[in-house]
Amino acid sequence: MLHLVLFFIFAAVCVGGAINLLAQRHPINSALSLIVVMGSLAVIYLLLGAEFVAAVQVIVYAGAVMVLFVFVIMLLNAGEEERIPRASRVATMLGVPALIIGLSIGIWVVSRITGLDKIAIGGPTVMNGNAAFGNPPAVGHLLFRQFLLPFEITSILILIAIMGAVVLARREEE
Amino acid sequence: MVPLSYYLILSGILFACGVTGFLIKRNIITIFLSIELMLNGVNLSFVAFAAQLKSLDGHIFVFFVMVVAAAEAAVGLAIIIAVFRTRETLNVDRVNLLKL
Amino acid sequence: MNLWIIPLLPLAGAAINGLLGKRFSKTLVNTIALGSTALAFAYALWVAAQFAGLPPEQIPHIEHYAIWISAGSFWAECGMYLDQLSLVMLLVVTGVGFLIHVYSVGYMAHEGGYYRYFAYLNIFMFFMLTLVLANNYLLMFVGWEGVGLASYLLIGFWFLKKSAADAGKKAFITNRVGDFGFLIALFLLIKHFGTLQYDSLWTLVSKYPVETGTGFLTAIGLLMLMGATGKSAQIPLYVWLPDAMEGPTPVSALIHAATMVTAGVYMVARSNPIFNRAPQALMAVAVIGTLTAIFAASIGILQTDIKKVLAYSTISQLGYMFMGCGVAAYGAGIFHLMTHAFFKALLFLSAGSIIHGIGGEQDMRKMGGLRKYLPWTFWCMTVATFTISGFPPLAAFFSKDEILYKTFTSGNHVLWLVGIVAAGMTAFYMFRLWFLTFFGEYRGPASSAEAHGHDAHGGEGHGPPHESPMVMVVPLMILAVLSFVGGWVGIPKAMGGSNHFEHFLDPVFQSTVESMPAETPARHEDATTELMFSAVSVAAAAIGFLGAWFLYFKRTDLPDKLAERAGGLYRLVLDKYRIDELYGAVFIQPIIALSTNVFWKGIDRGLIDGAVDGAAAGANETSDTMRRMQSGNIRSYAGWVAVGAAAVIAFMVWRGVR
Repeated sequence: MLHLVLFFIFAAVCVGGAINLLAQRHPINSALSLIVVMGSLAVIYLLLGAEFVAAVQVIVYAGAVMVLFVFVIMLLNAGEEERIPRASRVATMLGVPALIIGLSIGIWVVSRITGLDKIAIGGPTVMNGNAAFGNPPAVGHLLFRQFLLPFEITSILILIAIMGAVVLARREEE
Repeated sequence: MVPLSYYLILSGILFACGVTGFLIKRNIITIFLSIELMLNGVNLSFVAFAAQLKSLDGHIFVFFVMVVAAAEAAVGLAIIIAVFRTRETLNVDRVNLLKL
Repeated sequence: MNLWIIPLLPLAGAAINGLLGKRFSKTLVNTIALGSTALAFAYALWVAAQFAGLPPEQIPHIEHYAIWISAGSFWAECGMYLDQLSLVMLLVVTGVGFLIHVYSVGYMAHEGGYYRYFAYLNIFMFFMLTLVLANNYLLMFVGWEGVGLASYLLIGFWFLKKSAADAGKKAFITNRVGDFGFLIALFLLIKHFGTLQYDSLWTLVSKYPVETGTGFLTAIGLLMLMGATGKSAQIPLYVWLPDAMEGPTPVSALIHAATMVTAGVYMVARSNPIFNRAPQALMAVAVIGTLTAIFAASIGILQTDIKKVLAYSTISQLGYMFMGCGVAAYGAGIFHLMTHAFFKALLFLSAGSIIHGIGGEQDMRKMGGLRKYLPWTFWCMTVATFTISGFPPLAAFFSKDEILYKTFTSGNHVLWLVGIVAAGMTAFYMFRLWFLTFFGEYRGPASSAEAHGHDAHGGEGHGPPHESPMVMVVPLMILAVLSFVGGWVGIPKAMGGSNHFEHFLDPVFQSTVESMPAETPARHEDATTELMFSAVSVAAAAIGFLGAWFLYFKRTDLPDKLAERAGGLYRLVLDKYRIDELYGAVFIQPIIALSTNVFWKGIDRGLIDGAVDGAAAGANETSDTMRRMQSGNIRSYAGWVAVGAAAVIAFMVWRGVR
């Protein structure tokens, strides 16, 4: 019961943040909305017993990647978007909710067909079954055994990304 | 006890919002933010299925998604900075030198 | 006996002259061309001598060289067949051909393309000799087609002149129509007998009785007749021969008088076992021959071009040969073929001499009184004219008479009557030509400011009419002698001879069961009736002579007055009964319309070009549409990416749900 209530609260926050991201005109507002979304998602991960992922979400995703975004927005200082013509605005106002609702209905239909909505997850089932489901040692076991090679490759990937970013953003020598 | 489909619907909504922002917005940074939103929606899906199937592979995949998202954000923002230096605008419609 | 040498000699001459002749001097070209033909003639004489010594079992003398086609149960070979009939044809072709080669040296002396002319002439000799010496129908057909080709090349020798090129095309295409019939006949022969070799065929055919109704032998006979009408210019496919006079005169003499046009007669004679068993087809041969004889003679009466008169005369005389073969008197038909080769070649060569002598003029209304200027030509042509009219003791009297007599005794009295009338007309138009050309006053231009070169093309000032050089006159004289005495080998018993010629050819036509089926009724012949009929034909010739003398020597003003009175009929005959126009309207215009509208505009331009152009246009349009994807606008790229992703996801969901 509690899980359901918590889920709905934080789901509402998520969706609200997402809509706000679309609605705002200045990119800094959109970035901050995204941080809100990420935070509430982290809580939802906790509801699903994914402790390690929730922590990584907050530390890395919200804490580093989004900070980078905010830095760049402030650096470039580009300003608000221009107003779009009225017709486009009307189309957007109508089309966006339509798209979202349509997709939701689609997923719900598919779930009914495949019987996924009968399955209840999260909460006591997970916790009762296995208290150490998503905690760091469990993930670490998997990460450093089965998925060791992808792990090492991602380290190279990050190195390449760093070098690429440095080269691309470098100011040309006069 | 939340039914799985609720998580999937939430994931879908987030993904839809991300796609919409990707298509509608004209500020290039906002487009990037929409992409991140899409990725988050997908992450939620993975974690939900991991809980359903009681397998940690979903978490691992989320881990890697985040790594890649970070790398991509770094490089992408560097490109944006480079483009901004030459075009003086963040409006994606103005970056159209390849237009016929 | 190595018969293959005979056709190959002129082929070698043609190859050398054709490929290398451009760089040769005239003398060298002459040597090669005349030499190869002379050698062929000499060899033919030697072969004749050898033939005379062969015992009867070895006749026909067949030589096999190589298998040409072998397909399942059917095979055809390259081989030669020598019997009395092919020996006669061989000697005629090589002998008259050689004389005409000699004549051409003089006639074509000032022409361009000298080496080309002799190369074509030699090619013709090669094909004609293949035709007469072949031992199966397929090889004969090779020769048949080849002489058609040579005829086309030579008629259109001055190909830059449109009328000549058109005449060549007309000849070839009309021939082709006939060849279609001939080919179907060959297919039927293969179907029923499985072979085209003469010896096997005659053995197989002899097992069949005479057909009373219309069986397959009649069909074969009629189809062969169709081929023969094309090649030998009978009704309905004679229309090419008058136009063929566009070619040089020696060509007209050789191909369209002496040899090629007789190929049809030879073919009918060679196929006599088939025709003897298909009386309907044989009757068709006779009827067509007779009709053609009188039809062409009636046109020849009014023609003003000297070569056209001779062309219609050729058609008419070929009709006589067909008439002879059509009443199963093949020996008489071949006899007339031989004498006709002599006198018709002589007539054409003399006409060429006249044309050469007066600087290219061919219209008889502009000739006259030429016996003063061209004495040799005059005397030679006189012999020829008297021969063709059928006056004894000249050659054609015996041959034509033989045909007419045999026609009567076979019971076809109507055909005989028509033949007699045609003989009278023959005499009339030939003497008309004689009087108009050689007697009276010279009606041509006095000097020749406006005269042209040979056969009305090119231009050179000419001068008064002159006799031809010796190189042209000597062949005329030889042919004149032959026209005089050539008939003496065939003097019938009734007049004291023993008809060597017919008896010589008997083994081919008469004595074997293969040729003559047992149930053929015998002829009722005796000497007195024969003399009576000869007298009638001489009388007809004399009437023709008197008519011509009256109208064209005595009262030269009359012909025009008569033409006025006859009016429409005169114009109809003058226009050759407008047959060409009829064919044009009935056959040619519809085919041209069909080709233009359906095949060219509809299928070629619309369908084929349309398909190709349409494919190109389609590719163009497709790429034009696809081009819009690359707009340079980043958001449209984003849109396309989203669309593509949605499609892929939908597909995966659909697969997953299934």
